[in-house]
Order: sequence, then structure tokens, then C-alpha cells
Amino acid sequence: MAITRDEVLHVARLARLELRDDEVERFTEQLSAILEAVAKVSELDLTGVEPTAHPLDLLNVWAEDVPRPCLPQGDALANAPDHEAGFFKVPPI
Amino acid sequence: MIDTLRLTAEEAMGLLERREVSAAELHRAYLDAIGERDSELHAYLRTVEEPEGKGVPIAFKDLISTRGVETTAGSKILSGYLPVYDATVATRCKAAGMSLLGKTNMDEFAMGSSTENSAFGPTRNPWDLERVPGGSSGGSAAAVAAGLAPWALGSDTGGSVKQPASLCGIVGLRPTYGTVSRYGIVAFASSLDQIGPMTKTVRDNALLYRILAGRDPEDTTTVELPNPVEIPEREDLKGIRVGVPRELNEAEGIEPGVKEIAQRTIELCRELGAEVGETSLPRSVDYGLACYYLIAPSEASSNLARYDGVRYGLRVNGSNVREMYDRTRDAGFGDEPKRRIMLGTYALSAGYYEAYYGQAQKVRTVIADEHAAAFENFDVLVSPTSPTVAFKLGEKAENPLAMYLSDVLTIPSNIAGLPGLSIPCGLSDGLPVGFQLIGPQFSENTLFHVGHALERAIGFDFVPGRLK
Repeated sequence: MAITRDEVLHVARLARLELRDDEVERFTEQLSAILEAVAKVSELDLTGVEPTAHPLDLLNVWAEDVPRPCLPQGDALANAPDHEAGFFKVPPI
Repeated sequence: MIDTLRLTAEEAMGLLERREVSAAELHRAYLDAIGERDSELHAYLRTVEEPEGKGVPIAFKDLISTRGVETTAGSKILSGYLPVYDATVATRCKAAGMSLLGKTNMDEFAMGSSTENSAFGPTRNPWDLERVPGGSSGGSAAAVAAGLAPWALGSDTGGSVKQPASLCGIVGLRPTYGTVSRYGIVAFASSLDQIGPMTKTVRDNALLYRILAGRDPEDTTTVELPNPVEIPEREDLKGIRVGVPRELNEAEGIEPGVKEIAQRTIELCRELGAEVGETSLPRSVDYGLACYYLIAPSEASSNLARYDGVRYGLRVNGSNVREMYDRTRDAGFGDEPKRRIMLGTYALSAGYYEAYYGQAQKVRTVIADEHAAAFENFDVLVSPTSPTVAFKLGEKAENPLAMYLSDVLTIPSNIAGLPGLSIPCGLSDGLPVGFQLIGPQFSENTLFHVGHALERAIGFDFVPGRLK
């Protein structure tokens, strides 16, 4: 299963990656080879088999609904590339 | 004089208890060893000078959040990141008196099998500097093997504890999914990621696992252990049923030297009193790799969406927020995370979801069922951990698929959420070979028992030849 250059650019856009030209070329080739290998899963007839999302049989794990201290604002902002007046700051939307 | 190359964590505890050395002296001895040997290995990304605890020190893979100590997950995108809280495993180690020696090198975001994908340069194998230590927990494995830490933590998604343990001649446990908290761990593939102990001996491994395991309210995927962790003592295998899955032991690509030593170890199980029989996992090995390389990248593409230059990590500015995201992620991620993000995004995108991710989740059920069936007749399943001994730096760097095959024997049981222990079982061409023991969920005590008995009988010398 080959992936085209246009598909690579489309996926990169979905994944918010601005690829350089040389990356587009390299990834088109490498992703085609990887997709060919993983497409093997479609060889199996799995009609009636339930999917597994998680290896443990856990359902509805609730936390007790009690207030407790959370991360102080200063800590939450400590690693931000830019912030102002207690908010994360980003370029114009 | 403390010989950090030979000293096990258990022996170090004894020295502390008998007050033959202080915690500060012990910490200093490891820092001195790091100063002496790590320039050629590059196992550590950074070290911590001052011991905090009164116990045996430890090294953490650099995806474990440590308050105030830089945590990068081997990525440029997290360069300079200073966590404001400790991961639960760090808190538990601290509560047990351990002091942090430093943070170890790894493949970026734990994606890789050689530690060559680190944004900060590769780690080298203490047995042969031309070779990789395995990965992605290659820094932790090399540190323990070279006496630069008495023990260390790694993380294992597709084999990232077991495979480097195998390539560096140490003991590595991938615990049952859900037994060790992942709160504060940089996430890769959440339905597979587990933190595991990397040690010189099986007893050290059990001692460390006992500290790590148990439910954590901060991680809702964790559970309480059904039984307390036992530190193994028995040296026979009477009453243990050892299954040898054909597909795991005869897989294409297993080197003859590796196969021979694994066969000898299987024979040793019999000599120690185990019942040994052949079994089969017909589809687990054939389809495991494909299943894994759909599920793990899909989950990674979602987990790595958080690196957007807003709240932490690298930012490359743009004229608008969209441009800032795109530039930040292109500059911050290396090739392997990009490949996996792209692969996962593709597998989850409209029109492909059912054929790829949906189908892989069903294969996952098949693989879990096959293992469960094998465990009706056997207590442990065994195989080589890695098809090869440590390979040369650069050998697989240009071919992602060849690199992925390094984990072909560790992936199937990981997909099923099962625990696996790798112990060194001999040398092939002077390089360590690892033996993988797989058990049903929560069977760590059995794995420790079998691992310990084999370790005693094998008498493997974990000190790398070139350092003796």
C-alpha cells in the first residue's frame, strides 16, 4: 500500500507538521514501506472478534468528588514560552 | 573502596545497614564512576550532585518527571522543561529513601530500539563501544551494566526495558500493565506504556518492583496487586511448567548464536526440575508487529498533540498561532516521532480507521486470547528477548522497518498486557544474550522465581569484559 506525496502533505497538515521538501520525499518512501508491512493485519478474517482497547478489564474508575489543592497558577505557567497577566500568551489566532 | 561495577543494590543496602558506608559516600562513588566512564558511554543526560535520601541511589529514564530537574524525554521539544511535580514512581522511590543520581538517555519519546533517536546523541553499549545499548531505555541499561547506577527505571511500550536489558546483559522487567503508576510519565502509547525496573540481579529487580507497584489514585489505569511481591529465594524449578512457543523461538532473523544459548537455557530449565513443553502462538508473532505499529503510533499521534508551543516546551514563533504550531512541531520533533505521528494520524483518519486501527484492535484480542490459551498449560513462556545481540551504531538507522524488527519477540506479550522479564543467559561473540520469561497478568512472583533460579544456575557475570 503506497502513500502518495499529496497524502503525506494532507496527513502532515492534520498533524500540524510543517514538513520541509526533503522530509516530504523521505517520509513518502518510508511511510509507504511501513504501511505495506502493517497492512498485514487486513489478511485476517476477524468477523465477530471484539476489539481490545485496553489490556485490563477496568470499567468506570471514579475519583471521590472531594475538593483538594491543585497546581498553583505560578507553577502552571512556570514552563510557558510566553505568558501575561496569568494567561498563556500565543500569537494572533 | 566501593566497586560500583560489581555492587548490587541489595549489597549496597547491606553496606548502608551495617554503616560501612554512608548514603553520601555511595552517591559520590557512583558520581565518580560516571565522571570516569560516562564520557565514552553517554548513558546520562544530566546528573544530580547532592544526595537527597539515606538509601541506595537510582537513575531514571528521562521521561520520568522529577520536580525541578530537567526532563526531556530525549526530545528537543522538551529541552529545558523543568517539571513542577514528581511522577508517582519518583515519589515512591524518594519515600523509600532513594536519591536521584541522574536522568538517563533514551530514544526520543521512547520511540526506538537503539537510543540513536535521542536528540542529544546516542548512548554506547558498555560491552562494545561500537554497538548500541538497545532502546529505548538504553541509557538506563548502559548505566546499570557499566556500574554507573546500582539500579534504574526504564519504560517499556514495545520492548524498551526488556530489549536494552538483553543487549546490555542486565535484568529488566516489563510489569503487568496497570501495576505501576504512569502519573508524571511523558506519554507515548497509553494502552501499552509501563515503567519497569532495570537491575543487575533478579532479586534487585523484585526489591525495586515491590517499591513501585500498586494502585495510584492519580492514574486510573492502575490496580492493586493481588499478592505481595516476594523476593525470590528458591533455586529449583520443580512444579513449574515452561512453555516454548515455536513461533517465538524459531522466528526468522534470530541469530544462530542467540538461538543456541536460548536452547541451552531451556535445557537448563529442565535440569532444574521444570516440565518443559512446546506450544504455539500461531498469529501473535506473525501479526504482532503490524498490530503494534498501528496501535502505538495511533496513540502517539494523539498523545504528542500536546506539544504545541503553548504551555511548555519549545516554541518557534510564527505570524499566527497556526504557523507557530506547525513550525514548533517541525523544529522540535525528530524523524522518528514525526514518522509515528504521521503513521498514526493516517491510521486514525476518516476512511482508514476501520481498516487500520479498528482491525489492529481486533488482532489485539486474538493475540491476548492466544496467550491466555497457552497459559492453560504453562506457567511461563520462554524465548530469546531479542533476535540479535547488540548491533552496530548506524547499522539500522536508515531503515525504520529493520529497526522495528528488533522488538518482534517482545511485542506480542506487550500487546496482551502481560509481564515479561529478561535475564542475561550467556554471551554470543562476547556480547550478552537475553532470555525472556513471559507470564500471565500479575505473575511477577513466578517470573522472579524462575528468573532467580536460572540466574543462579547460569552464573552470568554481569560486568562487561572490557571493564574488568
